[in-house]
Amino acid sequence: MSTATAPSAAPTGRKPATMAQALGRALRDAMAADPAVHVFGEDVGTLGGVFRITDGLAKEFGADRVTDTPLAEAGILGTAVGMAMYGLRPVVEMQFDAFAYPALEQLISHVARMRNRTRGALPLPITIRVPYGGGIGGVEHHSDSSEAYYLHTPGLHVVTPATVADAYGLLRASIASDDPVVFLEPKRLYWSKAEWSADAPQQVPPLGRAAVRRTGRSATLITYGPSLPVCLEAAELAVEEGWDLEVVDLRSLVPFDDETVCASVRRTGRAVVVHESSGFGGAGAEIAARVTERCFHHLEAPVLRVAGFDIPYPPPMLERHHLPGADRVLDAVARLQWEGN
Amino acid sequence: MTVLEQPGTADHRNTPPPDWHPRTDPAPLLPEREPYRVLGTPAAAGLDPALLRRLHAELVRGRRYNRQATALTQQGRLAVYPSSTGQEACQVAAALALRPQDWLFPSYRDTLAVVARGVEPVEALTLLRGDWHSGYDPRTHRVAPLCTPLATQLPHAVGLAHAARLKGDDTVVLALVGDGGTSEGDFHEALNFAAVWQAPVVFLVQNNGFAISVPLEKQTAAPSLAHKAVGYGMPGRLVDGNDAPAVHEVLVEALERARNGGGPTLIEAVTYRIEAHTNADDATRYRDQAEVEQWRAHDPIALLERELRDRALIDDEGIREAEAAAEAMAATLRDRMNTDPVLDPMELFEHVYAEQTTQLREQAAQLRAELDAEAEFHAEEGEGR
Ligand SMILES: Cc1ncc(C[n+]2csc(CCOP(=O)(O)OP(=O)(O)O)c2C)c(N)n1
Repeated sequence: MSTATAPSAAPTGRKPATMAQALGRALRDAMAADPAVHVFGEDVGTLGGVFRITDGLAKEFGADRVTDTPLAEAGILGTAVGMAMYGLRPVVEMQFDAFAYPALEQLISHVARMRNRTRGALPLPITIRVPYGGGIGGVEHHSDSSEAYYLHTPGLHVVTPATVADAYGLLRASIASDDPVVFLEPKRLYWSKAEWSADAPQQVPPLGRAAVRRTGRSATLITYGPSLPVCLEAAELAVEEGWDLEVVDLRSLVPFDDETVCASVRRTGRAVVVHESSGFGGAGAEIAARVTERCFHHLEAPVLRVAGFDIPYPPPMLERHHLPGADRVLDAVARLQWEGN
Repeated sequence: MTVLEQPGTADHRNTPPPDWHPRTDPAPLLPEREPYRVLGTPAAAGLDPALLRRLHAELVRGRRYNRQATALTQQGRLAVYPSSTGQEACQVAAALALRPQDWLFPSYRDTLAVVARGVEPVEALTLLRGDWHSGYDPRTHRVAPLCTPLATQLPHAVGLAHAARLKGDDTVVLALVGDGGTSEGDFHEALNFAAVWQAPVVFLVQNNGFAISVPLEKQTAAPSLAHKAVGYGMPGRLVDGNDAPAVHEVLVEALERARNGGGPTLIEAVTYRIEAHTNADDATRYRDQAEVEQWRAHDPIALLERELRDRALIDDEGIREAEAAAEAMAATLRDRMNTDPVLDPMELFEHVYAEQTTQLREQAAQLRAELDAEAEFHAEEGEGR
């Protein structure tokens, strides 16, 4: 038996809620709103998922809509394709980032392309939930940041929440989307809390809009998912150094919100992209390139990247050296050519 | 303390592990020892003449289609064509065993099944001509797009069947795969899901002896491909894939079982790929012509024709009629394939997402400008001349 609170018993009134609870509540509300929504994956039924995100759903909606599948990620996503072809709206759970890799062929060769292949006849409204990222002391294969694999595949949306409210709103928006969405859940933020009420009217944000989490004039930190708290912490520390940092939370890597990002960088004239996945060929490379191409004449310094090292994800006792922290972010900010300003 | 000294070990008896019981009796799931046949057996007498004539006409049409498509590759009208000559019985029976509300999930070689199901002959070749990836709307005839990554269509078939069952619909699904495809992980996962979910789906493996150049003995050590069914807890059937009424009968039975809640079936149809893998392949590098000749003597059309003639269900005139119908289809196909398709490059950006992203809008504008410049250049060139 699981011990976590059932999503249906999620907080009423503005009390602290965890991101995990908000995600569970989003699934529940989506299922209640649309009978076509089906949740399935490994251990999502009776157990409620290894992170308890789906806790209580099987009880409320029955085994036909919340299904423990055989242990096979390609099979899970492959059957989701057929279900979506028949008009259902599958929401599948990949147990961990690195265990979604068996499903990559289905994802790249079919999920991302079926709409295109059939000239729009067969859209696939599938949401693929993937707990991702490190910082939880996970042993090998439990801490990967896999966003770069997904965002390089046209046809997919890649979405990742960084706040409790966004966890709810973005997941609802992803499930409502007629396109496939890879929904990356930063697992080290699962237990992060915020004042949030599931019963207050919820804003379901459109996908593809970044949010400015902190306004500032000196430089822009561009980040997403698990690195947002790191950037906010860095921004607070930077005040003492005399820097007033703006923090942009991308929320969605695909579609990418060039407008919000570039508006901010044009204002501040300096930018650092922060993420924990390896830097080489990562999301930061794309973002830095886009910002440079679009904001070149506003830039006072090259766009810098703060990312994980280009190494396989380290063992848990060493991961703190790999994960960018506020200090590493501030070091980068210090290198933004302030001389003469 | 030794094991013998432990409490309770004195009367320890070796019983089966607690709570163990056989989960499914494997015996009824086993396939027949020899491929099931109807033609040339006493059972043939009971065959429906109308079905036999229909099968014959479709087989003749299918063979002509293969010939025409191969010719189109030589004329540069098709990029490539994987012929199913020799496998027409499987292809045609697959289509004819389905009802309109059922779904077909073809593999890349199954153009004939797709056409026999009702898809426009020319639209079934769009992929291979290269003007789009799929030329038909899958919902019109309930035919999934021809699938190139081997066996990846099988989990789709299971998912669709499962969804239909959840909705309480009377829809069953037939999924096609080659012998090589049975080695893929998706084959395994699909069969496992299908059996666990008791999904109304039937898997038809066309064992045509080769995966490009690799013969079956390098593909599997299983007693037969049909035996693989037993490991998943579903029945396996073994059928002569060149005996059209036999394939049809086995398929109809399995589909009926699926429709009635009996769950999935795996059928292995033993057949042969008479031609090379595609027009671009050289089969002499890996097989003897003598083997091909043996199979030519077990030709699906000849086998069926003999039955029809023996029972006086067809005469020379009837055969000429079937051939004339096939010829007319081929002529239309040739004419339509000789017309250049109308392409709109701007469509490249249209079906990526439900709504174009700003990035795609920008890229579409770039291509638009390139196309306009190209058109202007050609217009000026025309004036200058
Ligand atoms: C996943 C995957 N791997 C490799 C290929 C390349 N390929 C195309 S056809 C083929 C052989 C397929 O053999 P089989 O499944 O027996 O079908 P057949 O060609 O005999 O109809 C191969 C290896 C592919 N299409 N998909």
